[in-house]
Formats: sequence, C-alpha cells, structure tokens
Amino acid sequence: MNAEPVVQVKSLWTVFGDLVVHRDLDLSVMPGEVVSLVGGSGSGKTTLLRQMLGLERPRRGSIRVFGVPLHSCDPNLFKKIRKRWGVLFQHGALYSALSVFDNIALPLRELHGFEEDFIRDIVMLKLDAVGIEHRHASTMPSELSGGMIKRVALARALVLEPELVFLDEPTAGLDPDRSEAFVKLVRDLHVKLSFTVVMATHDLDTLVSVSDRVAVLADQKVVVCGPLSEVVHHDHPFIRSFFLGERGLRALSAAPTLQTS
Amino acid sequence: MLVRDPVVQAIVTGSGARTVQLSGAWDIRALESRARALQTRLRDEARGGEAQWDLSQVDRLDHIGAMLVWRTWGRCRPVRLQLKREHEIFFGACEQSTGIAASPAKRFDPLSLVVAVGQGAWAATGHALEILQLFGQLLIDAVAVTRQPLLRPWREFSAGVYRIGAQALGITALVGFLIGVVLSYLSAEQLRLVGADVFIVNILGVGILRELGPVVCSILVAGRSGSALTAQLGVMRVTEELDALSVMGISNTLRLILPKVAAIAVALPLLVLWTSGIALVGGAVSANVELGMSFLQFFAGLPAAVPAVNLWLGVGKGVVFGVLIALIACHFGLRIQPNTESLAAGTTRSVVTSITAVIVADAILAVVFSDVGWS
Repeated sequence: MNAEPVVQVKSLWTVFGDLVVHRDLDLSVMPGEVVSLVGGSGSGKTTLLRQMLGLERPRRGSIRVFGVPLHSCDPNLFKKIRKRWGVLFQHGALYSALSVFDNIALPLRELHGFEEDFIRDIVMLKLDAVGIEHRHASTMPSELSGGMIKRVALARALVLEPELVFLDEPTAGLDPDRSEAFVKLVRDLHVKLSFTVVMATHDLDTLVSVSDRVAVLADQKVVVCGPLSEVVHHDHPFIRSFFLGERGLRALSAAPTLQTS
Repeated sequence: MLVRDPVVQAIVTGSGARTVQLSGAWDIRALESRARALQTRLRDEARGGEAQWDLSQVDRLDHIGAMLVWRTWGRCRPVRLQLKREHEIFFGACEQSTGIAASPAKRFDPLSLVVAVGQGAWAATGHALEILQLFGQLLIDAVAVTRQPLLRPWREFSAGVYRIGAQALGITALVGFLIGVVLSYLSAEQLRLVGADVFIVNILGVGILRELGPVVCSILVAGRSGSALTAQLGVMRVTEELDALSVMGISNTLRLILPKVAAIAVALPLLVLWTSGIALVGGAVSANVELGMSFLQFFAGLPAAVPAVNLWLGVGKGVVFGVLIALIACHFGLRIQPNTESLAAGTTRSVVTSITAVIVADAILAVVFSDVGWS
C-alpha cells in the first residue's frame, strides 16, 4: 500500500467578499480512512467539500486528489478523476426527471461500454447493496421518502465503484432510526469495499460511529485533526461546547472505545 | 503496483482437463472499454464445457468485474473455482442479487387514441373549471380588498406593473414598429396597383388598432410575463413558500395572484396603446417611402378613416387578454409538482395555452363586435 494521501489540501484560502472562510487551511486524507469534517454553521465545511470536488475554486492554495492538483490539471485528467469518486449530496440530488433505476444507471450508461442488460444487473446489485427493494426501481424520486432518497443517492454514488466517497451531511433530515441505519449501511459498505470517505457532518452520532479521524474546522482552519479520543481532549471553545456539552457527552458515552472522564 | 490488463487464458493439461484462468485487473476502470470483447471471450470459454475456473491471479476485482464473470457462468457458481479470499464478497453480492424480470412490453391498444382524446377533453374541462374557480376566488378577494384598504397589496401591484409593463416597452416597440413597416409595405404594393393609395390609412388604422396591436402585444406578454409568472409560482411550490404563506394565514390568491392579475390587466392595455402607436409610426414611415405620403397626411387622415371606438376595442381586448394570460399562468403555476420535469411541462403548457386562449378570445370578440367601428 502506498502511503500517498488520497486528498491533500495545502494552505488553502477561501474568501467571499470581505469574509475570510478558510485561512491557510491544511488537511490530508489517507487511503481507506473515514475523515469527518465538523464545524459550526458557516465554518465552511460544505465549501471545503465543494472545493475538493472541483465545483468551487479556492482563492489560494492547492487541492490534490489522487495526487493530482485539481485546479491546475488537464481537463481530460480531471474528467478521469471524477469517475473515480462518488458524491452523496445533502439532499440526494437525484435527477427528478428520471426513475430510481435510470438515476443509478446513468453513470454506467455514460461510459458507453456496457450492454443494457448488464447495466440492469449492476443496478439491481447496487439496489440490493443499499437495501432498496427491486419493486421501487421504477418509482420517481418525488415519490420516495427522505431515507430512501439518501439510499438511492448512495447507490448512485457507488455505482462506478469509487475509491473515494464524499458525503455531505449524510444523515441530515433523517429521523434517528433511519439515520442510524444509514450510518450502519455506510460503515458496512466501507468495511466491505474499503473506499476512502470524506464526510461533512454535524451529527454527533454519525461522527462517533463511523469516523477514523475527525477534522475540526474553526477559526478559519483545521484546529485539530485526529482520532476522536484525541480531538475531544483538545482545548478549544468550539470543541468544548460541541463534544463536551450535554448532547456531546451523551453521544460520546455510546462510543465503546472512548473514555472521556 | 503495476496494473495489468484483464486477460482470459484457457489452459488444457495433459489429462484433458481444461482450466480457464483470469488475470490482471478486473475492475471498472479496466473493463470500461473492454467489457464487450471480454464478455464474448468468456462466453466462448464457458460454452466449451465443464472447466476449472482459476481467478486466483486476478489482481483487482469489483462488482462490475464480478458481475461480468458471474453472468457468463449462467448466474451460478462453477463446481471447480479458485478464488482469492478477499474477492469472495463480490461474488457473494452477485449470488444474493436476484435480478429482475424484464418489464412487460407495452402492447398496442387500438382504443388508445380514443382513450387519449377522451382523457385530453376531460383534462381540458378540468382546467377550464379550475381557472373559472380561480377567477371567482379572485373576485371574492377583490371585494375583500375594496372593503379593507389595509389589505391592498400595492407594493406587489406596482412591482408587477413595472415588470410586466415598463420593462416590456423596448421589445414591444421593436416588434410593433417592424410589423407596421411590413404591413404598410405589403399593402402599399397592392394599393398602388389599383390607385387606391389613400386607403393605406384605413387598412393600417383598423388592422393595427383593432387586431394586430392587441394580439401581438398579448402574445409577447404571454411569452414574457406569463412564463415568468408560472415559473415563479412553480418554484415557490417547490421550495414550499406557498405552504409557508398558507400556514401564516396569508391567502395565496390575495397576496400573490390578485396583484399579478391586476397588474397585467392595467399594464397590458397600456402596452397595447404603446405598441399600436409605434406600429402606426412604422406604417407611416413605410407609406412615406413607398407611396410618398407625408406624415401629416397620414396622421391627419387617421381620425376620419378609423372611428375612435376601434381604439377602445383594442384597449378592451388588452384588458381581457391580460386577465386571461394571468389566470392561465397562475393556474398552471399553482399546479406544478415539486420536480423539474413538472416545472418545465407546466411552463410550456402555460405559454401555449395562454397564446391559444388569446387567439380564440380574439376570434370570439371579432364576431361579437363585427358591426362596431366601421366608418
């Protein structure tokens, strides 16, 4: 296994008008690990994620994904990289004009290399993987519940067998049951398929149950990045209020490997 | 680690036993361009009879690769199979996936045309009734507004007049002027043949003030403001803004639709006057060039050739068409479902229906007022 980071962010600056969102931010994600980005509202989690996806351009600094600088590479190379990652958007971003089946089949069809009945088998395989019954394959996204939208979106994100998966608020808008089931699903798939995960979240339970490392965004940079047990002991006002508040302690107490006394 | 291309090899040992060996990378990146060729190759091997399958030389495997091999096995595990332990899970997934029966092909139904016509007629009746209902609701709201001056949505009304009327001045002037020029040019050619040059004033005056001005202007407004209205209401439905208004106890029709309908009903007649005026100027310019008729002669002859009632007819049409456009646009806007497809379909239907309605209404008015306005 080579130890080159999958995602490497170096001295990144993001500025909106007068507002500095990221000031000289560094972050790296190693292969196979699950890194969670946490931070208060407006701390730039989603912006950072969008920059890693090449949807937004930082003011300064570089972002390398699979060792390739995203914002200064050849467009063809960038296109290839985009096929190696999968993205789960916060609201699913399913194509509302296409059925569940067509949503998942679309990335495969775009490759123009597979026959239609092979694509059908793969789509069914992915539906099984995320626990969606086959009879829902022909429904339209507007007829699905929030939890199912997330599952279908996850199936679509995974259909090209990505090495890197971005999750933006994977459990936002799900009830605790659903969100726990979804987190378990992500964790199981991660164990099975060993992809790398970069996740933006502010849901403590999600954070505790899947993250290998947690990167805390505050004061316009990553104040600490490490295993949860290290992060909670870092002295910073945001971490104190986030992890060691009543809600935080309750979630942490559920984590088996952690002592927060 | 160097990634090798996917390779299929058949090895026949001395005893006649056949081994099919797969090696290299069997993942989506490698198969993307080779899937078809490899599938045929694998099928050939599988058809060759009972064989031992050796997948232990495969460097990389994923669901795509596993499914490709799985399908050539006829969806069951071959008796003799060598497989890396870490690749077991991909075939496990294939094994659990049951596949799906192909959806039944649609049969041609000879009655489908009749059914479609019937459904279309039924839907059209439904739309007409709902638009009537909306109109009734607006009348009730209008009465409520006149009783309670505080309710009057003046801001929305004036914003509507500005957007629908003032911002459309440029485009309606351009279109009106060009239509005036073309109409005048074509008529002048014909009139000169019979020496009836002076009648150009009658033709242009009646044609533009009574028909072309209102219709052209209404079609432009239907395309410009009707579509905007539908899309706006549609997006407000998608983002639940309409529901937010309802739960605050604010009437959607009173706050959103009434001011828009009123704004179009005021702005469109004014735009009709403006468009007709510019079109007449265009006609006068063309008459001047083609027939040598002076501007003074053209505009001085106008009141005598065209009774003033034609002007009022044009303005009245503007009011009627405006209300029609606004009602249809709002009706389709409120019916949009929260998805992109519905938004597109709703906007298209709104524009097509309102333009059709304008032309139908124009034909009806032409028949009703056929005795009015001739000198």
